[in-house]
Amino acid sequence: MKLTRRDFIKQSAAVTAASSVGIPIQSIASNVVTDSSKTQLKWSKAACRFCGVGCGVNVGVKDGRVVATHGDINAEVNRGLNCVKGYFLSKIMYGKDRLTQPMLRMTNGKYDKNGEFTPVSWDAAFDIMAQKFKQALKEKGPAGIGMFGSGQWTIWEGYAAAKLFKAGFRSNNIDPNARHCMASAVAGFMRTFGIDEPMGCYDDIEHADAYVLWGSNMAEMHPILWTRMTDRKLSSSQVKMAVLSTYEHRSYELADLPMIFTPQTDLAILNYIAHYIIKNNKVNKDFVNKHTRFVVGNTEIGYGLRPDHPLQKAAKNAGPDAGGSKPSSFDEFAKFVSTYDADYVSKLSGVPKDKLQRLAEMYADPKVKVMSFFTMGANQHTRGVWVSNLIYNIHLLTGKISTPGNSPFSLTGQPSACGTAREVGTFSHRLPADMVVANPKHREKAEQIWQLPPGTIPDKPGLHAVAQSRALKDGKLNVYWTQVTNNMQAGPNVMQEMLPGWRNPNNFVIVSDVYPTASTMAADLILPSAMWVEKEGAYGNAERRTQFWHQLVDAPGEARSDLWQLVEFSKRFKMEEVWTKELLDQAPQWRGKTMYDLLFKNGVVDKFPASQVEQGYENHEAKHFGFYLQKGLFEEYAKFGRGKAHDLADFDTYHQVRGLRWPVVDGKETKWRFREGVDPYVKAGEGYKFYGHPDGKAVIFALPYEAPPESPDKDYPFWMSTGRVLEHWHTGTMTRRVPELYRAVPNAVCYMHPEDAKQLNVRRGDMIEVSSRRGSIRTRVETRGRNKPPRGLVFIPFFDASQMVNKLILDATDPISFQTDFKKCPVNIRKV
Amino acid sequence: MNVKKILMTLLLLVPLVGTAVDLQDSMRGHTPLDQTTQPPPIANTDNSDIRRARNYAMQPPVIPHKIEGYQVDKNANKCMMCHARTRTQESQAPMVSVTHFMDRDSNFLAELSPRRYFCLQCHVPQADLKPLVENEFIDVDTILSKPVKSAGAPAKKK
Repeated sequence: MKLTRRDFIKQSAAVTAASSVGIPIQSIASNVVTDSSKTQLKWSKAACRFCGVGCGVNVGVKDGRVVATHGDINAEVNRGLNCVKGYFLSKIMYGKDRLTQPMLRMTNGKYDKNGEFTPVSWDAAFDIMAQKFKQALKEKGPAGIGMFGSGQWTIWEGYAAAKLFKAGFRSNNIDPNARHCMASAVAGFMRTFGIDEPMGCYDDIEHADAYVLWGSNMAEMHPILWTRMTDRKLSSSQVKMAVLSTYEHRSYELADLPMIFTPQTDLAILNYIAHYIIKNNKVNKDFVNKHTRFVVGNTEIGYGLRPDHPLQKAAKNAGPDAGGSKPSSFDEFAKFVSTYDADYVSKLSGVPKDKLQRLAEMYADPKVKVMSFFTMGANQHTRGVWVSNLIYNIHLLTGKISTPGNSPFSLTGQPSACGTAREVGTFSHRLPADMVVANPKHREKAEQIWQLPPGTIPDKPGLHAVAQSRALKDGKLNVYWTQVTNNMQAGPNVMQEMLPGWRNPNNFVIVSDVYPTASTMAADLILPSAMWVEKEGAYGNAERRTQFWHQLVDAPGEARSDLWQLVEFSKRFKMEEVWTKELLDQAPQWRGKTMYDLLFKNGVVDKFPASQVEQGYENHEAKHFGFYLQKGLFEEYAKFGRGKAHDLADFDTYHQVRGLRWPVVDGKETKWRFREGVDPYVKAGEGYKFYGHPDGKAVIFALPYEAPPESPDKDYPFWMSTGRVLEHWHTGTMTRRVPELYRAVPNAVCYMHPEDAKQLNVRRGDMIEVSSRRGSIRTRVETRGRNKPPRGLVFIPFFDASQMVNKLILDATDPISFQTDFKKCPVNIRKV
Repeated sequence: MNVKKILMTLLLLVPLVGTAVDLQDSMRGHTPLDQTTQPPPIANTDNSDIRRARNYAMQPPVIPHKIEGYQVDKNANKCMMCHARTRTQESQAPMVSVTHFMDRDSNFLAELSPRRYFCLQCHVPQADLKPLVENEFIDVDTILSKPVKSAGAPAKKK
């Protein structure tokens, strides 16, 4: 309806006239409601549901419904701002097609892999699940079951899942989608510093003189940090920004030094910078001598493909030695990087020499405080761990670390990739607080906290994300449960590896989610989940900040939190069904008990009564189980990190504050780690101490440039990169159901260079088929707009379920982190 | 939710148990996962200049016009050519909200705060399209104007 402003005023005048002649319009006297009993909203704090920035939001509730959300002015992260997704949080729970009942594929009232989805009760859902779990355990042992979780799990959900699998089922086959997202960053931290997560914090943004973005489009993917950088840069003229990527995107709008490099050559550019620093005598020798040591990393490490792949066979150090290294020295390192001179690196990367030099000078100049940001361009990389290590190299050589504004900053993708996936240790090789299953001392500590007999936790890492998909396809993994993630759309190589595994007749796949997704459609049993403020939750963001929220509204229908699902399901197993006789002989007190008794109703997790839930808030789980489950889980979990430089505050504190950055010691958060005076773990007189490693030193790595597994050729002549867009979160299951966000960016398109379009004889809007060695999709050409790729490269976002771009992606991973490379896929393009 | 609505919901749900449902992911449509969809044409952007009601007062308004080719970078901000305080008489465009003059510490600045410089972080244009699935968000005014059923009933807890 087209209505001008004047029409509207006329119509309003008619209404006023009508009311004055006594025609009733509304029973209320005025057209503005002023009665405070009606207009008051109940406002509570929460953390945003989307990215790893971790903005604080205020959530307004009226009559049991969320009616408004806005940026929390008291939240240090965002001080009142949100991005467009965050501003529309109010609407993500209200898509009409919310899942409200469990649904099982059935024919004639019985489970059938090829049957139709049929609503069943929770009891029936758990019956078939338990039956399938027990059957797999009987046939294959703990190796036959697996779980895929999420960096969007709340902290206690991830913790309960990890405990259920590693302690209860005795299976390490649990991995989070953070494997696709942050695994390379984790391995990078562990190798260089021996302890995970950034040493600095977001406060660095307000102190830095230079920002360098390495494969990170913060303008779209970390919008609120981008506002802080924009604020700093535009209001202080000395602040410079360099942006490096394989195509031009929105972050280039602020760049003083924009650079486009050939995919994979970031490795060479980083080595060039190290070489420049050494050659120009800008090494901070005192810092390097006292606080670092040098090693040479193993090379030719393969690409994480199946062992029979020719590239794996040809790789010298594929397999367990991929992460190995030998001690070295400064002189050897200097010699190693000297081959990465400007001529060689400029030719390899396509970045002009003068730009390379200006970039290197930002790091070399001792007066310039530099922040390096890196995310998926660095992590989703078959040498992603190396990229991390090489970024740390240049900060360590110059001593530009752990001081305000000097900060190599690994940004996180998901809201709790740090808080849940990493800190809780939901990876297949990890335990809480940076411990690993392969270390006997670490297992011993976990077994002691979890009240388990020695030897309960298996000593070998379980299947990671890509290995899970392969094992499902190969029939080695038969029962698979995913929560808070949509791997069928977000994972790699959908057609060759994932879908065949999920639909393998021998396998039973359970998906817990809030809406129908690609994953639910490929599942056998769908469980309806409660989301975000429909449950009490906690997330940990990229600057080590742990944030809590209360349950603010009820979940619709029979939807239940993932936590409820995990804990309730544990009741279905007698200990005799999951533990061996030998193990039970060591702990006879658990005979005849259930996993629920062992893991949750065990005198520790059930220690806090439901009455401790803050007045005025519901807590469905506390009501159902009869104790404050979230508090019990959190307090048990916190025991892992206290005194170990991962200290968390007590549970109740987090409900009062706008988050705290760990380690929290004596009630005080830590902004910068590893430096005397600001980190309680560094003693007086030490200056700096990289205490993650026993010798207190950070490691500088000699690592080369190595080619990607596939490069464009005559059959597949374009590079294809995929990623997110500002308006949508991951696979779009929540944001595409918000009409305003859907209308902002309705479908994926293929961004390409206008000259490439001309050569392909296509124009903006034309339909094209994009294919790789693994599959094809159809999409539309976009030659304008926010992304401007160079010739020979296209970008297609992955949020669109109707264009599953990850059908094209090879399941090649970094061989150390097992994280997939989603950024470099050779494709062919033809007009349809 | 009132009692009648709960009963109606229950009545709707009960016959469903035991009967297969035609479940689909509306974000994809009926095309099976192993097949290829036809992408819809690139939709036209609404250019009507008609303002849309906000879902709640703090929601950033959407952009009711095309912004193709607008330069917003460190050198220029095309949006502010019309939406800056000094330009609104001429342009008749709405002035940027007063919040946009506030810095991180809530002090008012003389001009647009640089933290609000990139308009598209919060304000987005809208394609002329019907949503793929209805959103049942209810705004607070609708809740407030709901006819009061039982006068004198105690106010709802919470």
